[in-house]
Amino acid sequence: MLGYLIRRLFYAVLAIWAVTMISFFIINLPPGDYVTSYVAQLAIQGSIMQFEEIENLREFYGLNQPMYVQYLKWMNQIVHGNLGFSFEFGLPVNDVIGERLILTMILALATITFIWLMAIPIGILSAVRQYSIWDHTFTFFGFVGLAVPDFMLALVMMYLGFVLFHFSVGGLFSPEYVTASWSMGRVIDLAQHMIIPILILGTAGTASLIRITRANLLDELRKPYVVTARAKGLSEWRLILKYPVRMALNPAISLTAYILPFLVSGSIVVSVVLGLPTVGPILLKSLVAQDMFLAGSIILLIGSMTVVGTFLSDLLLVWADPRVKFEGRE
Amino acid sequence: MNMQPTESETVITEQETGTLPLLAVEDLQTYFFTDEGTVKAVDGASFEVLPGQTLGIVGESGCGKSITAKSILQIIDSPGQIVGGQVKLSLDGTESRNLLDMEPNGIEIRAIRGGEISMIFQEPMTSFSPVHTFGNQIVEAIRLHSSLDADEAHELAVDWMRRVGIPSPEQRMSEYAYQFSGGQRQRAMIAMALCTEPRILIADEPTTALDVTTQAQILDILQSLQKQNEMSILFITHDLGVIAEVADVVAVMYLGKVVEIGPVETIFASPKHPYTKALLSSMPTIDAAPRERMPSITGAIPHPQNRPSGCSFHPRCPSYMSDICGLKEPELMSVGTDQQASCFLYGRD
Amino acid sequence: MESNPVEQELAPEIEDIVEERISVASQRQLIWWRFRKHRVAVVATVIILLFYTTVLFADFLATSNPADSEAFRGLMPPQPVSLFDGWKPSPHVCAVSGARNLVTFQKEYVRDCDEKIQVRFFARGYDYKFLGIIPTDRHLIGMSDDTLRPEDYMYLLGTDKQGRDMYSRLLFGTRISLLIGLFGVVLSLVLGIVLGAISGFYGGLIDNVIQRIVEITRSIPSIPLYMGIAAAFPSDWSILKIYFAITIIISLFAWTDLARVVRGRFLTMRDEDFVTAAMLSGANQRRVIFRHMLPSFYSHIIAAATLALPLMIIAETTLSFLGLGMRPPAISWGTLLQDAQNIQTIALTPWLMIPALPVILVILALNFMGDGLRDAADPYSN
Repeated sequence: MLGYLIRRLFYAVLAIWAVTMISFFIINLPPGDYVTSYVAQLAIQGSIMQFEEIENLREFYGLNQPMYVQYLKWMNQIVHGNLGFSFEFGLPVNDVIGERLILTMILALATITFIWLMAIPIGILSAVRQYSIWDHTFTFFGFVGLAVPDFMLALVMMYLGFVLFHFSVGGLFSPEYVTASWSMGRVIDLAQHMIIPILILGTAGTASLIRITRANLLDELRKPYVVTARAKGLSEWRLILKYPVRMALNPAISLTAYILPFLVSGSIVVSVVLGLPTVGPILLKSLVAQDMFLAGSIILLIGSMTVVGTFLSDLLLVWADPRVKFEGRE
Repeated sequence: MNMQPTESETVITEQETGTLPLLAVEDLQTYFFTDEGTVKAVDGASFEVLPGQTLGIVGESGCGKSITAKSILQIIDSPGQIVGGQVKLSLDGTESRNLLDMEPNGIEIRAIRGGEISMIFQEPMTSFSPVHTFGNQIVEAIRLHSSLDADEAHELAVDWMRRVGIPSPEQRMSEYAYQFSGGQRQRAMIAMALCTEPRILIADEPTTALDVTTQAQILDILQSLQKQNEMSILFITHDLGVIAEVADVVAVMYLGKVVEIGPVETIFASPKHPYTKALLSSMPTIDAAPRERMPSITGAIPHPQNRPSGCSFHPRCPSYMSDICGLKEPELMSVGTDQQASCFLYGRD
Repeated sequence: MESNPVEQELAPEIEDIVEERISVASQRQLIWWRFRKHRVAVVATVIILLFYTTVLFADFLATSNPADSEAFRGLMPPQPVSLFDGWKPSPHVCAVSGARNLVTFQKEYVRDCDEKIQVRFFARGYDYKFLGIIPTDRHLIGMSDDTLRPEDYMYLLGTDKQGRDMYSRLLFGTRISLLIGLFGVVLSLVLGIVLGAISGFYGGLIDNVIQRIVEITRSIPSIPLYMGIAAAFPSDWSILKIYFAITIIISLFAWTDLARVVRGRFLTMRDEDFVTAAMLSGANQRRVIFRHMLPSFYSHIIAAATLALPLMIIAETTLSFLGLGMRPPAISWGTLLQDAQNIQTIALTPWLMIPALPVILVILALNFMGDGLRDAADPYSN
């Protein structure tokens, strides 16, 4: 088992390294280098930089040197916690992202919890009562959930919310809590506002998980160990929950790892549409404005977070399935 | 493998009039209602099991023997349904209950399952849950049918593991199925089935997946435990050699019906139904002359949805009589002491 | 009378006609029969085919030139075509005049059905080249009076802010979005098949490396990366260039599922006898892969490709919606939906959300179709 874990850790590190390379690539994609844009931006705002200052900046970012040196210098900064400067906002990137990153993570975690709480029971019910009206209904909604892109769902929800309920769907906090410090009240406020975004983000994932749980449970229900359990005299629901459900959970955990990147992608789009204070809207803004350090840092951070999340669910899978410990299966 | 039944096998005891058999299956019918049509997997199976006796059910693959066994405990998966017949269990010889009358998955039948009647299966690897320990699964069986607490049940489970011959049973309790060998798994399954001291053990091809040596060991364990506990066994197999070894009474099934039934020596010495005869003569023997062509039953088993009319064996029967065999279905009729066969050769009625 | 069953003549067997049919049917026929059983999948396939027909006939089906804009008819609600005038069959549209509401400062349109303007089928409209070659100006629906321009009178699905006909724009958006999806899938197919084949066929270290790449690609969220790369497209790139660039970057993420399917198939097939036979008969490895192994799972590949299409479409639509993908004046579903980005717009002019409907329909249909294909291709999946 240890070998398995070490390998997964190694791959996770590799993945994060790939993310840093891609982020660096993106940062340098637009024509012109960072300092030129920065200087030009400052000039528009009215302050002129001295030549020495410009050269110092160039030195600092290694812009006169080959790419790999620049990359290393940038990575060095990252490791020290300095993500660079955003000239769009006029603040260090850390300050801009700050709380938004935490909120993004909270949203992702809450959505995954929601997906699990909804999909597993529904999947079980669908499998056990196959072809019943519930099964067909959930399967149908599941398909719809898969088919409708997140942003569209967000649009529709906004429309319905506005037209039917006359409240505006948007943001994660009520006005009085926006800049307040954390308190119980703020948490509750956040929870209330998160309901709609979670519903939107969770739809596709719930649909997938329902399908997989249902399919796997249907497979497991036909297996011999279920017959054995029944022949021992266990009641139906007890044996279903204890044996085949337990087996069907393993693919569900694997699927969660797979869903995570889509969740994060989706949250970017949904937060743009709904105006949530997560990293999504500022990523868009920074890209449009070609504020590359901000954009690159965001991509780096959420990419890494996702990889870490995937790795954590690998850990979960190991804990859940003793066969993995023994055989070191991937 | 010894083809002839051994002398020490118990002869069927005479039944005093008025004593009900332990288990009486009467005209059991289990059909599968599929999209492609209705498959009559079991279509009129009848036999009796007496206390302490081993009834062997033998037949080719697909003849319905497994389904019959599962029907007794009502553990048929959909689209299968028991559509007719009776399964009468009589624990004291005087009163009987029809198991098929009990509510499916209800409390009554669940008490019987694993309690009075236990079942072991062919594939021990897949018959255990891969993610639960052995101990967990055996203790579960014990606690379902007794009032022992966790510790007592644990002790009992370890004891039974020892009785079936699993070394270091205490340690094995916390291990998983994949950590056992095939023979040990089957022993563990036997332990799990017998730890509740059932009156009847249904063994559905328990040795088919094992190699010959292990097979012999398992059969030994079964027989010794049977003697210790005075248990009846319903032994299902397609292997005539095994039947000769363990059974007291043999029921031969073909396409969902019992076509012949009788004491094991009689069946082997003088089979009456043409199918039984063909089955017995198609077994390779050590006495056969070298280079002699291996005998087989001509033709193939018909698809269950295309049952032949009348007697279901008639298209392959060497004693086919064109004026009746394809037209009417024969019933089980007496053809000797304690022996019955369903064939018009022995009476047209 | 006793007799040895082997030597005796037997009564004739009953042959099962159905079984014989099954045993001689070709693989393709089997797959088709299985597919046909899924009613929903068949319906879905018909829908998809209809949609791709509009790709071909977009110009013919459109009424107005999608670029024709007039501010004064901006944000007009859909104007249906009435088929009857009282009891007479007489397809027509009602005249519409616009006025600005002095209270809300919104444009309001008034339908005046006393003034009926006749329409007919196969009428004249703007010029275009049918299938890119045949110049014509005939459209499915147009004005009865040839002197009238449909742009001034027909607004089947309303107009957008610049007064452009939504119905016609939707048709063109469908064309572009479906084509991007298709090209993207083709690219992913190439990448996926090549890498999957190499991975599955050679195994070992190469397989390991490629699998790692697949895993890493799958664990990174795609949309932020699409956004990052797409944002860097210079603004002076032509629409065609952007079109291809978007297709390429979307494919860079979408090939992984296809590669997995292909690899899985190769792994199971590698040890099959017919492969050994091919290799023993002297075929070199490439030939073995492409001529012998691949044909046996065309159906799986098609199924996987069909299921990859929706992802492509969603990716392009999302990117364009955010303003980072296709840019005006290009028309795709995403750019059409850009107009529907905020709550005010949606509340006041909900018809701008209509482009969402074909998106949902196509994605649903593709999913059903792909599921049906996948079930039909793999007899052991049930």
